[in-house]
Amino acid sequence: MVTLTIDGQEVTVPRGTTLLKAAESVGTKVPHYCYHDGLSSPAMCRLCLVEVEGAPKLQPSCVTQAQDGQVVHTGSPNAEAMRRGVLEFYLVNHPLDCPICDQSGECKLQDFVHAEGREHGRSREPKRVFGRDDFGGDVLFYGDRCVMCTRCVRFMNEVEQDPRLTVVERGNRSVIDTFFERGLDGTNWSGNIVDICPVGALVSKDFLYKQRAWDLDHTPSICPSCSQGCNIDLHTRDNLVQRLKPRTNLEVNAHWMCDHGRHNYEFMNRGDRIEAPLVKEGDRHTEVGWKEALSTMLDRAREVGGTVRAVASPFSCNEDLAALKAVVEALGGGEIVYRLARAEEEIPLKGMPTLARRRDLAPNGTGADALGLERVGDDDGTGGLETVSSHDGVVLVLGDALQDQAADFAGGASLFVYLGTHASEAVQGGDFILPVTTFAEQEGTFTNRVGRVQRFWPGLQAPGAARPAWLVLGAVASELTEAEPANTAAEAFSRWVASNEPFAGLDYASLGTRGASMNEPVSAAGD
Amino acid sequence: MAYPYVSDREVRILSKHFGDPAARTLEGALANGRYEALKKALEMDRGAVIEEVKTSGLRGRGGAGFPTGVKWSFMPKDSGKPHYLCCNADESEPGTFKDREIIRWDPHQLIEGCLIASYAIGAEHCYIYCRGEFFEASSILAKAVEDAYQAGYVGKDILGSGVNVDITVHIGAGAYICGEETGLMNSLEGRRGQPRVKPPFPAAAGLFGMPTTVNNVETLAAVPHIVEHGGEWYRQWGTEKSPGTKLFCVSGHVNRPGNYELPLGFPLKDLIHDVCGGIRDGNALKAVIPGGSSVPILSAEESEECALCYEGVIAAGSMLGCASVIVMDETTDMVKQVRRMAYFYQHESCGQCTPCREGSAWVTKILRRIEDGRGKEEDLETLVEVTTQMTGTTICVLSDSVAAPVQSSIEKFRDEYLALIRRGERVGAA
Repeated sequence: MVTLTIDGQEVTVPRGTTLLKAAESVGTKVPHYCYHDGLSSPAMCRLCLVEVEGAPKLQPSCVTQAQDGQVVHTGSPNAEAMRRGVLEFYLVNHPLDCPICDQSGECKLQDFVHAEGREHGRSREPKRVFGRDDFGGDVLFYGDRCVMCTRCVRFMNEVEQDPRLTVVERGNRSVIDTFFERGLDGTNWSGNIVDICPVGALVSKDFLYKQRAWDLDHTPSICPSCSQGCNIDLHTRDNLVQRLKPRTNLEVNAHWMCDHGRHNYEFMNRGDRIEAPLVKEGDRHTEVGWKEALSTMLDRAREVGGTVRAVASPFSCNEDLAALKAVVEALGGGEIVYRLARAEEEIPLKGMPTLARRRDLAPNGTGADALGLERVGDDDGTGGLETVSSHDGVVLVLGDALQDQAADFAGGASLFVYLGTHASEAVQGGDFILPVTTFAEQEGTFTNRVGRVQRFWPGLQAPGAARPAWLVLGAVASELTEAEPANTAAEAFSRWVASNEPFAGLDYASLGTRGASMNEPVSAAGD
Repeated sequence: MAYPYVSDREVRILSKHFGDPAARTLEGALANGRYEALKKALEMDRGAVIEEVKTSGLRGRGGAGFPTGVKWSFMPKDSGKPHYLCCNADESEPGTFKDREIIRWDPHQLIEGCLIASYAIGAEHCYIYCRGEFFEASSILAKAVEDAYQAGYVGKDILGSGVNVDITVHIGAGAYICGEETGLMNSLEGRRGQPRVKPPFPAAAGLFGMPTTVNNVETLAAVPHIVEHGGEWYRQWGTEKSPGTKLFCVSGHVNRPGNYELPLGFPLKDLIHDVCGGIRDGNALKAVIPGGSSVPILSAEESEECALCYEGVIAAGSMLGCASVIVMDETTDMVKQVRRMAYFYQHESCGQCTPCREGSAWVTKILRRIEDGRGKEEDLETLVEVTTQMTGTTICVLSDSVAAPVQSSIEKFRDEYLALIRRGERVGAA
């Protein structure tokens, strides 16, 4: 450990810590472009210069290591003047097209110039023009806006380890380019370069001109596209998810997410939702209120009795699955199965061995397994429901839309209850069709492939009368067992924890936004 | 004596055989006593060679003037890693043409210096990084290296001493910045020719991440003479702080431009008016750049008392650099001259550091505008401030090199800028 003084504040940091990180630990943010936590430090943007007493020149804080007794001034007149100078240099050629730039509002050049820059730039000379280039994949390049931090080049070289980008030419003719016509097509992680670009030089085609950054609400969530459990933010507006961005969690996904996950959000915005509880009367379904639907359903359930067979979904959170299990047990017990699509192979991120787009294409297969649910069906997530479909007792379906099933699904069941978001043909035979929320509309937790339990929050409002499944099923279970129902997600979570030994001791609040591992991590092998 | 021009005031040690094509061949070189110092060095202890060079006070001839023996002593003793010597022959500073001449006329002198230096620092491989445009020089050098290999002076078990030193001649692709020592190493490794952040310094982690010393051609060419005759012998010329002789590349408005080897501390006035035969056409002297285009410009008055040694030129307000003396007479358009130098730097900036990448181009644009008669008086203040923002804020000193001529010319020839800005009057326009 070394002890140094930063802006008059004494701080002790591990040996090898950079001044930039040491300053961050006392709450001083030194502006920077080329430095990124997940990449190497070329110290070339020269924006993080700070004054170190005794050093002949200003030092780049991103590579200068803290030393015992060092006295550092991040805001000395000289350091501020030089940083102001560097910012002025950026504006010599950076176009002020903020009104039509997607990055506007989350642009580091805007931020730093507003914070430290000159009120008026002195450049009167014509700016150089590079124009726009399609880099392939989802990435569009606006050369004029580039601040030449080379984060994108380094990401492709160091993290994706598929060198597709480079700096061509030199001096102020330097420009980022692809190799001939190869571009970024076929890469699986290149969407991250849009995130790490500090300005609007690299933008997403998918998001191009779609929304202004400052209009978006950010909701911490978990990527539902595979069992890795990447931490993400839902960026929403008008009750629609507009884009997904990775959220930093060094233990799961660091700063990254794959392009498949990033672009798989339209299903959260699907419009044809079940919006009210439906009760079957004759061969028609009638909309009713929740109270009536549940009391009628409970009456029917008590009346028909018999064994239960249930289908769950690995897209449902731990709380929903636990509530389903409680209902099945209250009805006399029975088996619960789930289906999960499986990709042919993993898509690894070479620079981060613990991160990949996993084969299991759902967020909570591990949570389902931990509750004793049985995985059935094939690698497309279809089939395997013959015993459920032909069951003559109670059939419960949660979350699985039964897309591959025929209209006579569970035709012989004494009671067929469907809780879901969309009604496929197979659902039409349901005695009760109950609307539940998606993960984007409710609170809950997923258990990723290595047993890490991570929370997500609602970013969208649920349509109509849709309610979280844990709330609906919890109410049903409490009626059947005369126990107190769970009224909050936290209560639902503690019931799930209580019923699952491996998760004992986990506390909802302290999971925070980063999650925690269950007591005995499940083996990640064989995934 | 035919070599373009010579003067009886010269002390010709390194340049003794300039102009003699026979000195290029191995036979000629041996007849001139080349490789005798190598034999002597190989019988000495490595440390003793370094001590001898320290005693001589030889300072790096590439521009920075760092004591060579001290630099060598930074190399780790028992690192267990391969060590490298890089000979910097990427001579690209505008106004400089001394290394090219050493290579062209006496390549074995350089090879011998490389071998002795490699031995001293424990390097078994020396790379000579030649400027891309040195077509003739690099082919002469490559031939000389090949001959030296054949004769057993280079390669495995040199002269039966058990010492191995390989020499590779590498030709750059034509970038000024690859003459910066870490840019040179990047270029040698096949990377983009951009200077590296220091620390780590080359002696700790240089070429291929291994301990490396980078020396200029002229520095290495002086080493055999020092080893042969001793450090004290070398000190008979020059000053206390700048011992020895130095090649001065004189260009510009003098009657006899060329390379002159003179003892350090030689008066600049004498160099121009005596050695070089005075200013052309009997014109008056206007300004002198004493050390290549990267150093501040000296006015005629300042050059009067300037002694050409490291400390003497600093006292006069500039730097000796690589001793490339550019002489400008009264017909010189300083604005155009400075704009041309700024253009060179903006063209050669590697582009990684923002102040240099953006600043050098910005400064050039402003100067171009002034030159075209569209300047404003406040532009001068902007130029000074912008170049101040470019000084000391970057990885290497190319950025500082833009600042030196711009700031010094505005300080010393402000009237000329103002005459152009206010009245459109230009020097030499008639």
